[in-house]
Amino acid sequence: MQTLREFTRKTKRGNILKIVREHYLRDDIGCGSELCRNCFQNEVYQLTSQHEIQCSLFKFPHYIVVDTNVVLDQIDVLEEDVLRNVIVLTTVLNEVKHKSSSIYKRFNELVHDRTRHFYVFVNEHHKDTYADREPDETANDRNDRAIRIATKWYDDHIRASQSSKDLERTGKTATRVILLTDDAGNRAKAEADGILVASAAEYVKSLEDFPLLMDKLSHKSFDSEKQALPQYPPHLSMKELLEGLRQKKLLQGAFQASRENYLEGSVNVESFEKGILIQGREALNRAVDGDLVAVELLPESEWSAPSEIVLEENNVYADDVPSEERAEQEKDMLQQVQAASAASAEERSPTGRIVGIVRRKWRQYCGILQPSLIEDTSRHIFVPADRKIPRIRIETRQAAKLQNQRIIVTIDTWPRNSRYPHGHFVRSLGPLGDMATENEVILLEHDVPHCKFSEEVLSFLPKMPWTIKAEDYAKRVDLRDLYICSVDPPGCTDIDDALHCRQLPNGNLEVGVHIADVSHFIRPGNALDKEAAARGTTVYLVGKRIDMVPELLSSNLCSLVGGVERFAFSCVWEVDHDANVISKRFHKSVIKSKRAMTYEEAQVLIDDPADQGEIAKSLRNLNKLAKILKKRRMDNGALVLASPEIRFQVDSETHEPLEVEAKQMRETNSMVEEFMLLANITVAEHIAAEFTECAVLRRHPRPPPTNFDPLVKAARYQGYQVDIESGLELAHSLDKCVKEDNPYFNTMIRILTTRCMMQAVYFISGSLQKEEYFHYGLAAPIYTHFTSPIRRYSDIMVHRLLAASIGADSTYAQLLERKSNEELCHNLNYRHKMAQYAGRASVALNTHLFFRGKEEDEEGYVLFVRKNALQVLIPKYGLEGTLYLKSDKDGKDGLERTKAQIIFTFNEEDHTQRCGNFVFHSFDPVTVRLSLDSSNVQHEKLVFRLVKPYIKGFSVEPKAGADDKESQAPPPTKKSKKDKKKK
Amino acid sequence: MASNFELLSEQGLRLDGRRPHELRHIQCKLGVFEQPDGSAYMEQGNTKVLAAVYGPHQAKGKKTESNDVIINCQYSQATFSTAERKNRPRGDRKSQEFKMYLQQALSAAIKSELYPRSQIDVYVEVLQADGANYAVALNAATLALIDAGICLNELIVACTASLSKNNIPLTDISHIEEVSGGPKLTVAALPTAQKIAFLEMSERFHIDHLETVIETAMAGCREIRDILEAVVKEHLLHMGSAADWGRVC
Repeated sequence: MQTLREFTRKTKRGNILKIVREHYLRDDIGCGSELCRNCFQNEVYQLTSQHEIQCSLFKFPHYIVVDTNVVLDQIDVLEEDVLRNVIVLTTVLNEVKHKSSSIYKRFNELVHDRTRHFYVFVNEHHKDTYADREPDETANDRNDRAIRIATKWYDDHIRASQSSKDLERTGKTATRVILLTDDAGNRAKAEADGILVASAAEYVKSLEDFPLLMDKLSHKSFDSEKQALPQYPPHLSMKELLEGLRQKKLLQGAFQASRENYLEGSVNVESFEKGILIQGREALNRAVDGDLVAVELLPESEWSAPSEIVLEENNVYADDVPSEERAEQEKDMLQQVQAASAASAEERSPTGRIVGIVRRKWRQYCGILQPSLIEDTSRHIFVPADRKIPRIRIETRQAAKLQNQRIIVTIDTWPRNSRYPHGHFVRSLGPLGDMATENEVILLEHDVPHCKFSEEVLSFLPKMPWTIKAEDYAKRVDLRDLYICSVDPPGCTDIDDALHCRQLPNGNLEVGVHIADVSHFIRPGNALDKEAAARGTTVYLVGKRIDMVPELLSSNLCSLVGGVERFAFSCVWEVDHDANVISKRFHKSVIKSKRAMTYEEAQVLIDDPADQGEIAKSLRNLNKLAKILKKRRMDNGALVLASPEIRFQVDSETHEPLEVEAKQMRETNSMVEEFMLLANITVAEHIAAEFTECAVLRRHPRPPPTNFDPLVKAARYQGYQVDIESGLELAHSLDKCVKEDNPYFNTMIRILTTRCMMQAVYFISGSLQKEEYFHYGLAAPIYTHFTSPIRRYSDIMVHRLLAASIGADSTYAQLLERKSNEELCHNLNYRHKMAQYAGRASVALNTHLFFRGKEEDEEGYVLFVRKNALQVLIPKYGLEGTLYLKSDKDGKDGLERTKAQIIFTFNEEDHTQRCGNFVFHSFDPVTVRLSLDSSNVQHEKLVFRLVKPYIKGFSVEPKAGADDKESQAPPPTKKSKKDKKKK
Repeated sequence: MASNFELLSEQGLRLDGRRPHELRHIQCKLGVFEQPDGSAYMEQGNTKVLAAVYGPHQAKGKKTESNDVIINCQYSQATFSTAERKNRPRGDRKSQEFKMYLQQALSAAIKSELYPRSQIDVYVEVLQADGANYAVALNAATLALIDAGICLNELIVACTASLSKNNIPLTDISHIEEVSGGPKLTVAALPTAQKIAFLEMSERFHIDHLETVIETAMAGCREIRDILEAVVKEHLLHMGSAADWGRVC
């Protein structure tokens, strides 16, 4: 059954080692084909004779063996549900895994899809298909040979088991095995061996029933361009790169394209605090946002400063050669940059140029096709929605159909002689401007898993009708008689927390926080649990919610709705009237919420002295305690931060925004928040003590002092001193930033502070020192998330840990494993961040929809003064936008102005813009006219035009009788850090 | 040392092509040396071990006062046994530890009541190390003891087991599997009597799986015992063949 084969390998780990490993060759590996009668088959056949494909190249039934390069380059073709009966060799699988983990992941999904009939053949351990590496043979050549051997063997094997008699009787032609490879060398050798072989492109083109599949082919080159002149310097070879990196001549880091200026970007390198600046097309040298690149640092004399210029690429067409004019413009920009660098020597940052790409991080991009000037061409330019991504050239035959659709495209290659990368069409999302399509774009761009829950996942839901059984009552503490109520925003259906407060006989108060017991329904390790862990968090878009757990749980069984018996995890304290905690306990319970209220309803109840009901009394007590708790927290140095937040009233049918309002903060918001904080901190202390190695906690690192630079600078221009030594000092100095004549000033300072903060992250207690657990924003030494298990997976983990520690539930292997928990935290952090970005993107999208066909004058404030623009914040909409001061040469933003007369001078010293008698400082109030520029269908953008102060020739005329009501912006709300993160 | 290797592929094969319950290829031979009273050579995959036994002979010095048999072991690993040359063949912490473990396991197997005031020396030399060194060393020592004609309660054999990420237990861990970050459980047992003489574990896994992993190691032990018994019988047949009897008589 087993034979022994040894193979030697040299690996590099400082010195060269000879490694000997055993390699067992087996005779019990099945070929997975239905036709075969010789093999020992231990599972259902993967390769069937059912599926027949019309192919003009091979006019007989066939199985396909794919070469590694085909999988890597043509994964989009493979993903299309066309090719079936594919034999996946382990040699190929390993090579793919080694070369690209993302493609490996996608490929693996295909392999697991039983309907596609992909069969993994372990050729490396099969006695007949193992290829021993010959002397002087490279690993690559050996793998190619192994693939050929396996293909050959397969073909012979399949043919041997199909007797010609049977074939004659049934009138079928024999099934053969073909090899798809894009490697010319491998192909030639395969042909010599008598293997049926084709390139992926040839094969796909020969499929008569699927002409559109061709669009998805990856193109390494376009014919017309072969002779074109190189436009970029060459990349260094991998060997040179590694050598350079090792000798520290080159630096390695992730490239980050600038959102505002397409000719600028930066590379984050470990040894540099700020990142290395890259300017100009040639220095960028074909790097795409996210790529891992190697940078060569320029001599210090050539260092420059970020240009602070907002530059967008103009429309270009597929057959465009870079025109003189554009080159001119780029030169212009560079000159400005150089001027800047001469002027402000101290602000110059390390500058470099990219010499090579260590690893591409290309993914799929959403965007639209740019309308082509020439009709009937198959070559097109694709404009990604993400501004950091360059335009992509693609070939498609269905341009007319795709013209007004959102599509997905992926990059294949970026040759030296092409201005733009080459890619291919992947799929279409739907018509442009359609709400569903736009939401889909947001979800895809932020990598939010949003497909429907699979049957398998749903099978783990409790069966309806669901009732509480006697044994459940026995295990849980019965709190159904308590006056428990929940307070949430209006329209909330996933209620995960409820509160109560009652007087104890000894005069103290008993406060309880009751959290939905989601971990009761989601058992560790099953498909439901895995899906929830992968999603990590519920994502809230405007008018749409992408649930982490199926709706039956999120809005029904787990949700603590009023008047219904529900399972809860309770955290109960005994406190005195000064909010000092005397004792605490945790237990699972059955509760019956007396009422589910909105913040407003709760506020009314508290404020109404006539109401002496139990709920009102307990709310008043809670409110009183919350105020003490909050004061205590502030005294400890918790920060009050601000971020402009708005709510949309969405039309229930068209899903279009009707009304915008700033989110209101009431006392009750803060009341609920305080108790959630208290519960989180209490639980964090408990689980950290119980599980020193594997507790899931949350920390908020203190930002490095340089993060505060923009804030400190901005405040200094206004004559205020912001102290950033500690959280407490920062909180105090923020309180002092008050201007009599500008009531919004303090809020703006706080908005700036928010932007200086680091992201709070989940971590595992064993992975850090105790001092590092600190939560900066809350000024809490330890913190976790316990209170929202319906919408956050971290809370489910915390629930399980807590339940295990109090004996309410059993532990399981994964729960206590540090390594797997760390991986989980990593994913949660990522999902969390993406969910936040997606939420913001959705707000931005709806703002645009809101302004469609409208024009409004609004009061705003200057947030930053840039070299050619003012960054303006409109508090009413929580909107930030750019007011360009100097128009582009061709005046493409469509503003009519006499350029010659209006000159803005930028003052480096105090960051002001001057035009005639008007000087613009940061934080100055301005009135701007908002309108939507729809000339670019993909990036509809809000155009800001100055109304007040009125500068003749630049500002627009104020509207006759400008509606005063609207221009009185409600003061935006202050929000504490925690609530923001809750989002 | 933890790496991203999956110990068990989705096709159900381990890194070296074995299935989870399969042992490595075992080869062994008794009586490889003339000088000692008993000797054996054992190969388990690429782990190769020589064992020699002297005794029972009279215990020296103070040790004679005790009535029990003294089992004196030495574990050493050849300098060329690993990919990188080892500097010290024996006397390092690891060897000392293994030496004690060998003594512990062997004393459970040897019928000590038969050898009062005597000493048995067991020398083990690992020529090539490729995982489960202790287990193979113990198996070789058992064979050498048999070759020396020392009475045992039963063959004492050792086997290792690990747990893959999807919680499938694996038998007989190779070096690459050891360093890939999986846990390693070593069991030395008297398989027929179902007694465990020695148990050691590196890394951790959840206690829920302990039973299955021990059972896997025990199954490995039983399998190794069958192989060793067959080899011993074969050896005896050879020893007892006409030619050899002639020499002895």
